[in-house]
Amino acid sequence: MKNSFVKGLWKEHPVFRQLLGMCPTLAVTTSAVNGLSMGLAVMFVLNFSSLVVSLIRKVVPSQVRIAVYTIIIATFVTLADVFLKANYPSISKSLGPYVPLIVVNCIILGRAEAFASKNTPVKAVMDSLGMSIGFLWGLILLGGIREILGNGSFFGITLLGPGFEKWVVMVLPAGAFLVLGLLVAAMNFIEKRKTKVKVL
Amino acid sequence: MKNAVKIILVLTFVSLLSSGILSAVDMLSKDKILRNRKKAIDSAISKVIPAAVEVVHEGVIYKAFDKGKKVLGYAFLAEGQGYGGGIKMVCAVSPKLDKLLGIEIIESQETPGLGARINKEWFKNQFKGLDILNKITYTKSKPSGKSQIQAITGATISSRSVVHIINRRIEEIKKQFDSQGN
Repeated sequence: MKNSFVKGLWKEHPVFRQLLGMCPTLAVTTSAVNGLSMGLAVMFVLNFSSLVVSLIRKVVPSQVRIAVYTIIIATFVTLADVFLKANYPSISKSLGPYVPLIVVNCIILGRAEAFASKNTPVKAVMDSLGMSIGFLWGLILLGGIREILGNGSFFGITLLGPGFEKWVVMVLPAGAFLVLGLLVAAMNFIEKRKTKVKVL
Repeated sequence: MKNAVKIILVLTFVSLLSSGILSAVDMLSKDKILRNRKKAIDSAISKVIPAAVEVVHEGVIYKAFDKGKKVLGYAFLAEGQGYGGGIKMVCAVSPKLDKLLGIEIIESQETPGLGARINKEWFKNQFKGLDILNKITYTKSKPSGKSQIQAITGATISSRSVVHIINRRIEEIKKQFDSQGN
């Protein structure tokens, strides 16, 4: 049970190790706040859809399981979208079309198909909690680095003074790929060092 | 056969439940979303006509007055197709309908980092004081003349869309004023 939860945080990290959900990961992480709100929206959708998928796993005929999962996911995504529009219009505006696009985020369908549909509700929620927390910290880190370098601020608070030349490229799409590549490399480096130490 | 019935039943049940939940949530939050939209329009008007003390809504036109009840300008919504989806904005024109006072973008779904830069101040500021007796045009190099703006590098389609939407809407608004005999 503990393993279902922990693996998403680092070992099977959805962004840096499985490289899933790249569309929102690259597109919305222009700032830390965007990363945080996207991460929370995905957390909501992922946990509730995993729970429901796991609850009805014995009733759904396998031929239509993907269609059923998609309806369930789309329902929760629409709920999240309406909630943001009603209560946080400015966040909803800055995330733009990427909230409705959570429907096709492969982390969610992936967890439903690979895990929730084969495990008990408790285990399924443990798994999706771990995965979504992993996704959340990944997005905040990515958004944070890009915001600091590209805009000299973190969560909208100016960190680097006017003497700092902003690396505009970091908030452009190219910056997303650069930072993601470096983070994946760093993650691989740490993992390799860990296994080496064990061998010695 | 039995399985086919089960498939139909499960899909129908899941879809019904989903649409039930969604329509309930829609009913509960519709008013709030509408109120947010109205607030967005109001704050956009106060940005394009900062001196406005009173705004009167008449049909599609928002008349802005100063302290002495003098008309400062007319604001109106303009909507159209952008590159990544719809663009919705508030435009304001002078009382004589000869100058654009400014634009404010309320909704857009342009590519982040590229087309989304139509939301940037420097781009929107270009529209302040443009001559609208002629159609607004755009250029990729330095703008010349009284009704030209510079398109955003790498986002020509988004820039062009904004210009087209404004031109079309201004024409409609002018026609409406003509027919009223103002």
